[in-house]
Amino acid sequence: MASETLFEKIWAKRLVTEETDASPGVLYIDLHLIHEVTSPQAFAVLKKRGLKVRRTDRTFGTLDHSTPTLPPDKNGALPFATKDAETQVKTLIANCEEHGIELAGLGDPRRGIVHVIGPELGLTQPGKTIVCGDSHTSTHGAFGAIAFGIGTTEVGHVLATQCVLQRKPKTMRVMFDGPLQPGVSAKDLALAMVAAVGADGGQGYSVEFAGEAVRGLSMEGRMTLCNMSIEAGARFGLVAPDDKTINWVKDRPYAPKGAAWDKAVAEWETLYTDDDATFDKEVRVDATKIQPMITFGVSPDAALPAEALTPAPKNEVEQHAADYMKFEAGRPFADMAVNKVFIGSCTNSRLSDLREAAEIFRGRHVYDGVVALVVPGSEAVRKAAEAEGLHDVFTNAGAQWREPGCSMCIAMNGDKGEPGDLVVSTSNRNFIGRQGQGVRTVLASPATAAASAIAGHIADPRKFMLEKAS
Amino acid sequence: MSFAPIKSVTSRTVVLEQENIDTDQIIPARFLTTTSQSGLGQSAFYDWRFEEDGTPKGVDLFNSDQRADYRILVAGQNFGCGSSREHAPWALKGFGFDAVISSDIADIFTSNSLKNQFLPVVIDAPSHAYLLDNPGIELTIDLENQIVTTPNGGFQASFKVEPFARQCLLQGVDTLGHLMNQMDDIKAFEAQRGDAA
Repeated sequence: MASETLFEKIWAKRLVTEETDASPGVLYIDLHLIHEVTSPQAFAVLKKRGLKVRRTDRTFGTLDHSTPTLPPDKNGALPFATKDAETQVKTLIANCEEHGIELAGLGDPRRGIVHVIGPELGLTQPGKTIVCGDSHTSTHGAFGAIAFGIGTTEVGHVLATQCVLQRKPKTMRVMFDGPLQPGVSAKDLALAMVAAVGADGGQGYSVEFAGEAVRGLSMEGRMTLCNMSIEAGARFGLVAPDDKTINWVKDRPYAPKGAAWDKAVAEWETLYTDDDATFDKEVRVDATKIQPMITFGVSPDAALPAEALTPAPKNEVEQHAADYMKFEAGRPFADMAVNKVFIGSCTNSRLSDLREAAEIFRGRHVYDGVVALVVPGSEAVRKAAEAEGLHDVFTNAGAQWREPGCSMCIAMNGDKGEPGDLVVSTSNRNFIGRQGQGVRTVLASPATAAASAIAGHIADPRKFMLEKAS
Repeated sequence: MSFAPIKSVTSRTVVLEQENIDTDQIIPARFLTTTSQSGLGQSAFYDWRFEEDGTPKGVDLFNSDQRADYRILVAGQNFGCGSSREHAPWALKGFGFDAVISSDIADIFTSNSLKNQFLPVVIDAPSHAYLLDNPGIELTIDLENQIVTTPNGGFQASFKVEPFARQCLLQGVDTLGHLMNQMDDIKAFEAQRGDAA
């Protein structure tokens, strides 16, 4: 048998119809995750054509983007940002009821950010094809799955047929040599990856992440890395499953049980790139050189170590970014005063992320005038964090502890920065206006975000970690 | 379902030379709380066109009443990067654009555009540079022959659209019908996996 990459092995098994020059292949979808923002128009198309949802058993919904992160008022009413936001949430609830789709709705202990709850519930498994109307669906690739974001028309396709029309992407491998240094996190690795590949370097590719540093990451860390594949232009990012993956999935609510589990594990153990398989493109990164990273521009590939100096713009694009960000060439990033800090999003809102931030916050206080929000990725994360007392660590430090949701990553629910604010954010995009009109976003790890909240300016978290140790 | 076939687009260009124009620029996320796909044109490039209080940011082609004559966008590299929101091509179409030309257009945006009769056209870097330097010129995007030309033929650049999507556009048919026609194969695939619906 010919040598294959991990991606090719999974892809081949899910093809209903092979692609030809004239038409794309028909790819079967094992799991379709839906949320309130990108699904209503797809359900409307189904209604117009008199179609049903074909496989409700392969479809699962949650509410995350437009939901408030502040608690209900004394009458139990949720403080939606707008009437439209509330209508959108109610529309998904109604659509799921009408079609018989399982929904982690308001008040459901399973609710949370779609890319947090899929893995948490064991819906996400190695070898699956997973889609969602959301570009960060690549997150699920951390389990060795083919997971990718689709548009709303395609959401309709999957609802109606459980398939999408796709051409096979090219393959790329990003190899991280050596281990990460102490105090360096998965987010730093992810930002270094985007900087190395470039904001559009992954276009047309599925990217496999490999090497010692990737094997060394926790499952949460691998999710953070795969999450940001799309920030390098790649719709697909994946990591071969190993014992960590299998142990993570085991006993979760939707994981296979008994004999079905043994059969699944036997199949998952075949999911790796053959030694002599070749990729269309290879990128190597020396993981031992990666330091805590931040972004200083308006594209996620504008990333450098937090301790570096602001580089001089090399062209008009960089000048435009520098003008917006108001970072002055030649000065340390640490000179930049911070107004808000956001810890959350599908990139960094899992329990390990909150622990990482809490280690910095513990026994310290948020700098005067800085507003810090900590938003857990799901109800389950919130519960686990509270059981460990992390919420007390955050609130004692002067940070706000919120209800689960996408929150300030996309600023659809009313959580946002004010014009001119510098926000250090553990989310995935530093696009102009993403966190509110005129807001300047600096992407960073949970530790760096927490350190910046304490210091009141962009800060490398390692000195806070050292202080702790001494 | 069918729509009017698209063979070509002829119009003047609006040039946005910035690179990495992401979907948050094309339509800011706060306008995504809609449950409809119409009416999004007014939110296209909103933060580029309006101040926070809603006053227009000066007269340019974006806010001009001549904009019906300018239906082709020419944009910097990596146009449409970022989120998978199909609201981006919906907003561009709603605003009155029919096509975008760049040296590089993001994957999901391309896929979404082709399903909404909005043409994503990728041309070579020198031709792209020429168009960036010459805003407002008239162009014809010929989808049948996959070529972009000026009226006198002085400028020509070829492009490629995924063949199936191109046929759908030329014939005015959408892709869901094509998928529905393969239902027997889909059911057979499920049965073979022991997973009949």
